[in-house]
Amino acid sequence: MAHDDLSGKDITAVSSADVSHETAAPGTAVVPSETFENPGFPAHRPRVTDTDPKAEKKAERQVYTFFYLSIVGSIFAIASYMAFPIEDGDTGALRLHTMMLGIGIVLALFGLGLGAVHWSKSLMANHEGIDQRHAVRGSEETRARAVEIFKEANEESGFGRRTLVRNTLLGALVAFPLPAVVLFRGWGPQDENPVELLEHTMWEKGARLTLDPSGLPIKASDVTLGSAFHVIPEGLNESEHRLEEKAKASVLLMRLDPAKLKESPERAGWSYDGIVAYSKICTHVGCPVALYEQQTHHLLCPCHQSTFDVTEECKVIFGPAKRALPQLPIAVDGEGYLIAQSDFHEPVGPSFWERSSS
Amino acid sequence: MSTVTTPETAPAPAAAPTRPSAPRSTSSRFTEAAANYIDERTSISGVVKEFGRKIFPDHWSFMLGEVALYSFVVILLTGTFLTFFFQASMAEVVYNGSYVPLKGVEMSTAMSSTLNISFDVRGGLLIRQIHHWAALTFIAAIGIHMLRIYFTGAFRKPRELNWVIGFILFILALAEGFTGYSLPDDLLSGNGLRIIDGLIKGLPVVGTWISFLLFGGEFPGTDIVGRLYSLHILLLPAILAVMLALHLVFVVVHKHTQWSGPGQTKDNVVGSPILPMFAAKAGGFFFIVFGVIALMGTFFTINPIWNYGPYDPSPVSAGTQPDWYIGFADGALRLMPPGLEFELWDRTWSFNIIIPVLILGGFIVAVLVYPFIEAWITGDKREHHLLDRPRNAPTRTAIGVAGVLFYAALWGAASSDIIATHFQLSIEGVIHVNQALLILGPIIGYLVTKRVCLALQKKDREIALHGFESGRIVRLPGGEYIEVHQPVDEYERWKLIDYNDYQPLMIRPNARGQITAVQRFRAGLSRWFFEDRIAPVSPKELESGSGHH
Repeated sequence: MAHDDLSGKDITAVSSADVSHETAAPGTAVVPSETFENPGFPAHRPRVTDTDPKAEKKAERQVYTFFYLSIVGSIFAIASYMAFPIEDGDTGALRLHTMMLGIGIVLALFGLGLGAVHWSKSLMANHEGIDQRHAVRGSEETRARAVEIFKEANEESGFGRRTLVRNTLLGALVAFPLPAVVLFRGWGPQDENPVELLEHTMWEKGARLTLDPSGLPIKASDVTLGSAFHVIPEGLNESEHRLEEKAKASVLLMRLDPAKLKESPERAGWSYDGIVAYSKICTHVGCPVALYEQQTHHLLCPCHQSTFDVTEECKVIFGPAKRALPQLPIAVDGEGYLIAQSDFHEPVGPSFWERSSS
Repeated sequence: MSTVTTPETAPAPAAAPTRPSAPRSTSSRFTEAAANYIDERTSISGVVKEFGRKIFPDHWSFMLGEVALYSFVVILLTGTFLTFFFQASMAEVVYNGSYVPLKGVEMSTAMSSTLNISFDVRGGLLIRQIHHWAALTFIAAIGIHMLRIYFTGAFRKPRELNWVIGFILFILALAEGFTGYSLPDDLLSGNGLRIIDGLIKGLPVVGTWISFLLFGGEFPGTDIVGRLYSLHILLLPAILAVMLALHLVFVVVHKHTQWSGPGQTKDNVVGSPILPMFAAKAGGFFFIVFGVIALMGTFFTINPIWNYGPYDPSPVSAGTQPDWYIGFADGALRLMPPGLEFELWDRTWSFNIIIPVLILGGFIVAVLVYPFIEAWITGDKREHHLLDRPRNAPTRTAIGVAGVLFYAALWGAASSDIIATHFQLSIEGVIHVNQALLILGPIIGYLVTKRVCLALQKKDREIALHGFESGRIVRLPGGEYIEVHQPVDEYERWKLIDYNDYQPLMIRPNARGQITAVQRFRAGLSRWFFEDRIAPVSPKELESGSGHH
């Protein structure tokens, strides 16, 4: 820390440390040979409170009025806490409670703040104080002594001489935090393979498509042309890992005019009479692609605006996502309910490093 | 009237123990005894002597850092209150509190306890909202404070390291903001975490595993809120507090910068002493900052999680927005052109993730190292305690404006959907305009700013040499009309002429007669910085030029 025993006092003294500061290389700065002289401080202008005792008295009154107001605010806040309860769970009461309590606290704070600032600006002596700066670097003697101390320590310990001792010490110091790093392996599950988990969802052959969030099965006949359903697999709500499974298995179900659907031959039979099911989890960073535009048959992700065309197997037509939304092959069971033919044929959701190896 | 009164000229009123003392009141005897008791056990008189009259210069722009500091104090106070009620657990419960629309809904304990803070704890909602507003104020104040430091050149020697520390504080504040925002486990913050999960998974080699470690398995898991809570209330605040202390220690070591002005030189600090003036003003200012934040917490709803509901991976509302300070990162994701993901060597390369991460990382590093780059270009090894007016460092100012516009384009992109719906534009159009702005904005901003700075410098020169236009037209005996110029006084002139002026670096062969590539590069940068320089008025110029008008 810069020592400044003469804080606020020495105006003229220039310590020896300042010399090195003056002679530091200016680089490409232009150091003019002749310069203007700093004109020094302009005449000090007294405030009205310095010259007019009446104004001074008035300012004093204002300052303590602020402090009084602050006390009033604190008391008001405490009183409001008791006078405006929120127990009945009525939002109007909550709003009133928050507002009255807040007004009291705000008054207490502003009173204190404005009072103190007003006091300092209008009543406290406002002459300019001056501190002298010194170069931040230590004085030559201090620096020399510091070097000397390191030398002495080096000689006394043999730090530089006993190189094997030093190097093994450094090695030990580098090695000792490593177990702590390894311990963080415990953050992740021990017996799970992430890639395997990411490749599969709850969907399986014969699983019924059910409504999100009620879990009621959906009849194909209920899916009218142009409608869209948020879908989860049967039994998801009872699953032990409800949210984890839902984060992978959420599906959007839509019915289009079959003539508009362009289906590739290898996906023939994945849809049912114009009803198609696609993963709802965006292939960009995993937001739910929840906005369906019925007229254009576009799905829009509200997070980063990736847009998918349902008529073209949900390929990306705009936005940062690259891959199409995976399609869930569906069929209808004997009772007319929609079921999955199988799980998705590729991992759903955001891309990950090992994805293409699966 | 003396222009400067210093403590030296005032007679020392300190009571020497030997002096026969006049009869004193009980309270002053008590004060003396208490002070003596404490000093004999702490040596605190030395601290008072060292810092009691330390001088702080006065300027409105120096208060920006104070705003950041004070809002941090508000965050600590309100945050501590919240910890007494918040439960950082993701165990599923059925909500049964006072907020009727969510009664019977399954949610995490974190969400339910946050609802309890809002609806069942008296003053809980107020404190929660003050906490959130204080956090937003904290980050905004740091950002503006950094801009002040940058545009006035306050990062120059000896303050480069404090710039780095301050920058780390900014990053820590962002991390605090994001971790805190995620704690209630509501729908909006859960979507934010989902994006983080997707972002991490897209990173090459380590992404999948880092995501699994962070979330304790598959997203969302049941660990993340508890882990973020440890970070939010323990680890990050501890690091932040240490860095903040270090930041302030350096402010004391370096003493505060000041503007150049009459009587204000590079070797002094002119302002008010800590006791009493600065302490009263800064202390009062703390309460005003606290008051403004409390006012926002009282009247303006922030983060109404009860409207969003608990996190569920399936629903999401249109117009999802992160808190504003994360916007630049979200915007970077949005502005990526389509199709940037490839399968190569049996692995997935998500350049739609990697590129924004690199761009943001590059931007952050550029801000971090700027002081060292400028110091290398100028080669200036002197200490700088006088601030630059932005116009007097045209290239630096222009680079700063370019950086601000780059950030602004990313930030604006985070609201692309809101802009599109509010102004009835197509989302594609908004994104494309934003993409163009990201590249063209900084370039145009740079060129315009540099020209504006140079023009202002020329105007300053003109005024220093010839004075202000007085508006008085005089007809000379010969029939010529002139406008009389009013010369500036020496105080006014000093502010116009006292600044650092650099020349472009001249390339010179080194001792072995070679010109190295590094030197060429440095000279090129130096030319870029300083070739348009406008030199300050010299006394000779003033003498020869003042008779012209």
